[in-house]
Amino acid sequence: MKSRLALRTVALGYLTVLLVLPVGMVFYRAFEHGLGKFFDALTTPQAQHAIGLTLLVVAITVPVNTVFGIVTALALERRSFHGRAVLERVIDMPFVISPIVVGLALVLVYGEQGWAANALVASGIRVIFSVPGIVLATMFVSLPFVVREVAPVLREIGSEQEEAAQTLGASGWQTFWRVTLPAIRPAVAYGVVLTTARALGEFGAVAVVSGHLQGQTETMTLYVQDRFEGFDVTSAYAISVLLAVFAMSALLGMTYLDRRRARRS
Amino acid sequence: MRPPLLGVSIVWLSVMVLLPLAALVASSTDRGLGGFWNAISSPEAVAAFKFTVLVAIAVAAVNAVSGTLIAWVLVRDEFRGKSLVNALIDLPFALPTIVAGLTLLALYGPRGPAPFDVAFTKWAVLFALVFVTLPFVVRSVQPVLMELDREVEEAAASLGAGPFTTFRRVILPSLAPAIASGAGLALGRALGEFGSVVLISGNLPFKTEVSSVFIYNRIQSGDQSGAAAVSVVLLAASLVLLSGLTFLGRRWSR
Repeated sequence: MKSRLALRTVALGYLTVLLVLPVGMVFYRAFEHGLGKFFDALTTPQAQHAIGLTLLVVAITVPVNTVFGIVTALALERRSFHGRAVLERVIDMPFVISPIVVGLALVLVYGEQGWAANALVASGIRVIFSVPGIVLATMFVSLPFVVREVAPVLREIGSEQEEAAQTLGASGWQTFWRVTLPAIRPAVAYGVVLTTARALGEFGAVAVVSGHLQGQTETMTLYVQDRFEGFDVTSAYAISVLLAVFAMSALLGMTYLDRRRARRS
Repeated sequence: MRPPLLGVSIVWLSVMVLLPLAALVASSTDRGLGGFWNAISSPEAVAAFKFTVLVAIAVAAVNAVSGTLIAWVLVRDEFRGKSLVNALIDLPFALPTIVAGLTLLALYGPRGPAPFDVAFTKWAVLFALVFVTLPFVVRSVQPVLMELDREVEEAAASLGAGPFTTFRRVILPSLAPAIASGAGLALGRALGEFGSVVLISGNLPFKTEVSSVFIYNRIQSGDQSGAAAVSVVLLAASLVLLSGLTFLGRRWSR
């Protein structure tokens, strides 16, 4: 009994020192000069632009990665082909690669001296140091989430119901909308939450491709670094608190989805 | 006609993932194999790589112990607020890495209220990496511990084994694969981490500079080829690690 209490104390103490106190400290710093200063810091034109840009990136990344994630998961679980292991390895790549390396790799394709430079110049599209590059970097780092959530569920439910629907004359689309999608919806939701959290918070890959142009290509995370290094720590803490609130909302969403999933099974 | 699911996926993954990686590998030898070698064997690159590997191993070791302990408390102990603590474990995954770095700096940095200042030291890097990798071991050990048959432990105890012996001889062997895979994931993440480290480490060459920061600095000074060469080495290290993990996981699950 005594040893159980000791273990609990050590574990909770560790979490307090590593996690709770530091995060609490950021909240304290953001609000120590009052609520007014906190809102002032969030409503400067630069901060507003950073928040808007981050939301725009999320609004593009999440739907695209969700659609292609579902398609890829269906390909993995509903088609038989050689090289399945290779495909799975490629899907997991973004989890293994340093975000900085992701950014560099994108610069080497879409940058001034990149592989696609001529085609991009000819069509007048700017990717690196511009919003499309930030979107590509964010899509890269959050690519595996939906696939990794949906594929195991597809495997578990099997394809009998889908085959039954097809035998009864349902088209491919009808089968997907009426049979497959309802079954994978919780997994898709979970994947969407994870993708959103990652897209909101990506820093390294975006830092390389954005060029840190204030008021143009500065996302919320880049703005935090910029303000901190410019000794405007109040703004850095204020945006950090906003990002932390987003993160905690994502956690709440995940907990809620977990509970629903547990109740179903 | 069946929808071309496989074709779409392959094109999507090729454009999104394989094309950039191919450009990375190609660019790393822009100045020939000699240039590649020069880039990865410069004293600063080697120092950064050594420190990165060393600190990543330390991070994996810390997590193996603390993660197992936390998982144990979450599964076998009962106390008020346990579900809140359980939800909190995932916070480092949800929190943006730059914010993670800032939180540690706010408390343990130069103007923080903590009695010590770790900013710009090797400890700061270890601290930041342990923060962002916290969930890996906890989340891989927790489900295994839940499934574990308690009768075996009770049998061991009734045969006279003390709690420590029971843990070492009965529980630990069944947890080992989960601990190893969690620690391996933490190690892989630590090898490439950037955001949480960049503010708190001070990025001092030969001291607190990790490989990802070194690569970033090469990019900023216009040396894309050198940056790509070091990236390829870092990537290869991560891939070897991932394959090793998959292999170990398969062997243990048999």
